[in-house]
Amino acid sequence: MHIETHTGLDAPRGVWWKPAHKSEKVWVGIAFAWCMVLFAMMPLWHWKGGQNPSGIRTRTTPQAFGTRVGEFIAQYQTGSDRGMPIVTPPPGSDVYLAAVSFQWFPIVRLQKNVEYTLHLSSLDVNHGFSLYPINVNFQIVPGYDYGLRVTPNASGDFRIMCNEFCGIGHHTMIGRVIVEDGPLSASASGAAR
Amino acid sequence: VTARRIDLGAERLIKVHAVASVVALLIGAIAAVLLVLTRWQAVHLLPAVWYYRILGVHGMSMLIFFIIFFEMAVLFFASTALLNARNSAPKTSWIAFALMLAGALVVEVMMWSGRADVLFTSYVPLRADPNFYLGVILFAVGSLVTVAIFFANLVVARREKTYEGSVPLVVYGAMTAAIIAVITLLHGAAIYIPTYLWSLGLMEVDPQVYRMIWWGLGHSSQQINVAAMVAIWYMLGALTIGAVVLNEKISRSAFVLYILFISMASAHHLLVDPGMGPAWKVVNTSYFMYMAVLASMIHGFTVPAGMELGMRLRGFTNGMFDWLRRAPWGDPGFSSLVFSLVVFGFVGGITGVIIGTEQINIMVHNTLRVPGHFHATVVSGTAMAFMGATYYLIPLIFRKKVAFWRGAQVQPYLFATGMLIFTLSMTFAGSFGVPRRHWDITFSQAPFELQFSPVVDLVLAVVALGGVLAATGAFLFVAIAVKSVFFGEPLGTITRGVAMVGVPAGITHPPVHAPDVDARNAALHRAELGVFGPAPATIVLVFVFLAAFVLYYFVNWKALTDIWRIG
Repeated sequence: MHIETHTGLDAPRGVWWKPAHKSEKVWVGIAFAWCMVLFAMMPLWHWKGGQNPSGIRTRTTPQAFGTRVGEFIAQYQTGSDRGMPIVTPPPGSDVYLAAVSFQWFPIVRLQKNVEYTLHLSSLDVNHGFSLYPINVNFQIVPGYDYGLRVTPNASGDFRIMCNEFCGIGHHTMIGRVIVEDGPLSASASGAAR
Repeated sequence: VTARRIDLGAERLIKVHAVASVVALLIGAIAAVLLVLTRWQAVHLLPAVWYYRILGVHGMSMLIFFIIFFEMAVLFFASTALLNARNSAPKTSWIAFALMLAGALVVEVMMWSGRADVLFTSYVPLRADPNFYLGVILFAVGSLVTVAIFFANLVVARREKTYEGSVPLVVYGAMTAAIIAVITLLHGAAIYIPTYLWSLGLMEVDPQVYRMIWWGLGHSSQQINVAAMVAIWYMLGALTIGAVVLNEKISRSAFVLYILFISMASAHHLLVDPGMGPAWKVVNTSYFMYMAVLASMIHGFTVPAGMELGMRLRGFTNGMFDWLRRAPWGDPGFSSLVFSLVVFGFVGGITGVIIGTEQINIMVHNTLRVPGHFHATVVSGTAMAFMGATYYLIPLIFRKKVAFWRGAQVQPYLFATGMLIFTLSMTFAGSFGVPRRHWDITFSQAPFELQFSPVVDLVLAVVALGGVLAATGAFLFVAIAVKSVFFGEPLGTITRGVAMVGVPAGITHPPVHAPDVDARNAALHRAELGVFGPAPATIVLVFVFLAAFVLYYFVNWKALTDIWRIG
């Protein structure tokens, strides 16, 4: 006599497309509904939420981006710290930050509660933008300009870590972002911490 | 199962693949100890160059060589032993194995000699010696051939009528893994061949395109693991406690969902990348509306429910959890199954979905939360299930007793405890923004100072403790496997119902069902039991799981609102 009840090691005979028990159907239904919630949250956050990794995404080249960062520094430099220029762009403007093994440049001074467009790109290999201590992370890929509209919500002296392996000096790659309550003076405060 | 005929040629192939796999595991586990003792800042064992070098070795040895060699063994096992069938292409199988072995050796030599300090991901334009990429290609071609032989074996078995009806669910799961393997290995070819040519200076490779296609290999290969692991869950459930298949339609449909959607997971790594827009990210990271997550949530129900029903059908019908209490906890096949299922689901599954959410990833990308997640899936889940399966393969395939039997009984507990401590503490450290793949988070050589909270130092010490515990469990496993296979005591005659040192309970006391099992099954499915049905304890457990999932998910959204506005 053929026995119906079987384990996963037995070859089922005949048609195995059979109705499931209510408990299984209910669980599949609940799991499906939860999956729809998980899915809906992402478009919903684009519509109503304040943190989205969309940005303004354009192609660039390491040479072109390097030149643009140089112009940005020349235009708005207000001081320097340990040889690294400190740049104070006008509130609401475009900010250019370059990653290159093993540096972030320049140091930027931003005003709290003002939206800037922060352009990130690399002049050589992949890097990882990781803002300490608020834990904001973005991938930086050479050839791509990631223009993120950011609004700092607290003043402070922040650090940028590199969190994508970029070579043997990876762990020394630290940059600075200064956020002040504003309005920002043209003089280079922030040189001292 | 013991009554099945085993093709001798296939048996030897299973053996060499398993041995290669265990050797890779040994290398990876030694590397793991060196790495955790470096990330523990108070010890800080390795110099920077060797930290990154060993990190690459750890990734390749574990995620590629250990796992894929073992999966090839599983494919030979499923397509021959489980179907009473022969291996259809013995010579080609050996050539494929030789290719894989040669590829693995070349890669290891390149990495150890410092000619490929590019880590596991080898993101272009970081450059390694061309032979590194060539080694990976050889390995991938070898595995692709073995997967093709697996499919040929299925066809031959069907034509030669070695079994009646449809293939068993476990073979169906292995087939799912094999199909995903094809998709994965094609991505591998699509990226490593151009990258090989790039390393020779013959063409350009765009760094963003590299990341997208490479992760079609890197993440999808972990989905081979998921499918293979779920197949092994069904197998170990059957072997250890007579777990039954609740409904073939539901379980097989869930495997089909894996095939259709799971390869979209490349996007999990590109959520905060500049090359893709929000629509692409949302659709892909969610496996097209979380259909592969649905599949895992289905298996997360049907596997434990099948186990519970299997126990109840064999007479353990008292109360809600009596069947679980009286399960064979001293059988390492069973304990591995349970720990694999629980840690994969509660830690790996929940963290995976959450950190793969487009916006939440802003707080997660490249922090320690990422390795915290995937060690809970691929190590506590897949590797643990593979270890549990090995305790059965040793007597069933190699006809040997499991050596160091007391050690084998303890091993799953040791390994699971270590990995649980490791994954949870790593996830916690990552929540502070501590980067992964980083030699020195005290930044002692950096131009600007950065000081993490002292809590982080403590948590990283706990990570090291968990890591060393788990690695000890892995070394114990390697010792057991090597001793059993090469120097083990032959199995001899098994008397049913008589416990034997070195033989899992599922073999000495096979969990066979009574002849009236269909009537018992009908009684457990009777209508007045309502929605709780045949497996009430599982219903309780899956709702505990769902509650944990929902809670942690919304906690993460709440945390996201505290950071800067970004758009």
